[in-house]
Amino acid sequence: MTLLAFDWLLIIEKLVLIAIIVFASLGIALYTTFAERKVAAILQDRPGPERAGPFGLFQPFADGLKLIMKEEIIPSSANRNLFILGPGLAMTAALMTCAVIPWGGTVSLFGREISLQIADINIGILYVFGVVSVGIYGMMIGGWASNNKFSLMAALRGASQAISYELAMSIALIALLMTTGSLSLRTIVEQQMALGHLWNIAYQPLGFILFFICAMAECNRTPFDLPEAENELNFGYHQEYSSMKLGFYLFSEYVNMIMSSAVMASLYFGGYDIPFFNESVLPQNIAALVGVGALLIKIVIFIFVFMWIRWTIPRFRYDQLMNLGWKSLIPLALVNMLITGAFILARM
Amino acid sequence: MEALTNRVKEVSRKPMSFSERLYIPNILKGMAITFSHMFKKQPTIRYPEQKREFSPVFRGLHVLNRDEEGRERCTACGLCAVACPAEAITMEAAERLPGEEHLYREEKYAAKYEINMLRCIFCGLCEEACPKDAIYLSETFAPANFTRKGFIYGKDELVIPNQLIDPAGFAEARGAARNN
Repeated sequence: MTLLAFDWLLIIEKLVLIAIIVFASLGIALYTTFAERKVAAILQDRPGPERAGPFGLFQPFADGLKLIMKEEIIPSSANRNLFILGPGLAMTAALMTCAVIPWGGTVSLFGREISLQIADINIGILYVFGVVSVGIYGMMIGGWASNNKFSLMAALRGASQAISYELAMSIALIALLMTTGSLSLRTIVEQQMALGHLWNIAYQPLGFILFFICAMAECNRTPFDLPEAENELNFGYHQEYSSMKLGFYLFSEYVNMIMSSAVMASLYFGGYDIPFFNESVLPQNIAALVGVGALLIKIVIFIFVFMWIRWTIPRFRYDQLMNLGWKSLIPLALVNMLITGAFILARM
Repeated sequence: MEALTNRVKEVSRKPMSFSERLYIPNILKGMAITFSHMFKKQPTIRYPEQKREFSPVFRGLHVLNRDEEGRERCTACGLCAVACPAEAITMEAAERLPGEEHLYREEKYAAKYEINMLRCIFCGLCEEACPKDAIYLSETFAPANFTRKGFIYGKDELVIPNQLIDPAGFAEARGAARNN
């Protein structure tokens, strides 16, 4: 019986937290699709979707309903199991990242101290990278299982892009980890919240730019959206997909965007820290909620910048993409790492 | 070779400068341009609620006119059908019977008058051919229908509402340009 004698309330607490965070992420992703269309429209002097509901606010539901009502097609020569697994894997990997992101401080409810993070593991950022890499399998499996050469080629394009940019991303991150000395996202955020300590962007500006560019490539956002080049490279790895399976692929991209925004906000922009304000003045619960709001605002700003870039610049050609990744970003990241190391040594 | 116009633009093959190879300064410049577009006025006309203003010579759907007493002006002479380059107009004539003087202006009238809106090219030649000022092209446009048959407009769709019975419908069918 001693096996069962652990804190059962902890499990309930975590389950509630997981449910809230997953549904909140999905809800935000739903409205990110709407925001994408609205931002695109405004940047192009158009009004954008505005017919479904007030200001077009029901547009995402109309889009979702449309996708669900569409005919579900599985090509007869496709590998059926993998074909179904692909979008599921992409979505799962995208959502799993949210487990280690610290969404806020601690709340005290019903006499319990509840930390607003699903799991504070000491290798948090490594976990993020691992899960993101699994997400590439969603793309690869989808492209391969469709039994369509264009899908397969798009999947290969996407996988090689993701692998190239993950390298530069990790090296840029190593420089940051050298200054923080911890892999836990909660610790990294708390360090930035400490008095007299600036946000990491002040210490790692080049590292942030590199990380941001690579994050864009990882999320398959323009100018790096070669895997699904809608208009000229035959749509991409989800060419054979229809109905909600296609919706899952497209939707997982938006979830990825939110998660990478959250990771970037936590790593470089102080996570749930409110700038120029000492949170310890406020009561604990209010401080935690305000912190969640601050993180959400940072995420929204990041998403806007992602969209703003998408509607400004065209796509890279494949050779330009590889040149940029291997010949520019990786050397720059290595130099950044060396400089950071030299500074740390000099301060010791 | 001598250039035919002085608008020839030489393609520059010079290698990219350092700031160009960095991409980022130019990307930021582009982003500033797109950002400035957020504050520009939208030229959008939200169609069913708002309508574009037409010039007075706009040629939309046809209207069969009435005279001041609300009688149909068309005498089924067939000149519009002859003038029509798309052969979109057909009609059948009939003789006015005693007691119908308040409906038709002259002894002969069009019992059937059809315009195939899928054939019509909205050139306005029917309007020019008409000696009785009985047909003209209004400001209404964009006919929509589910069948091809629905695009063959008969007299019930073409004849303008009687201004003595339905002045509002008459004014609407007549169009803003003619009302003023």
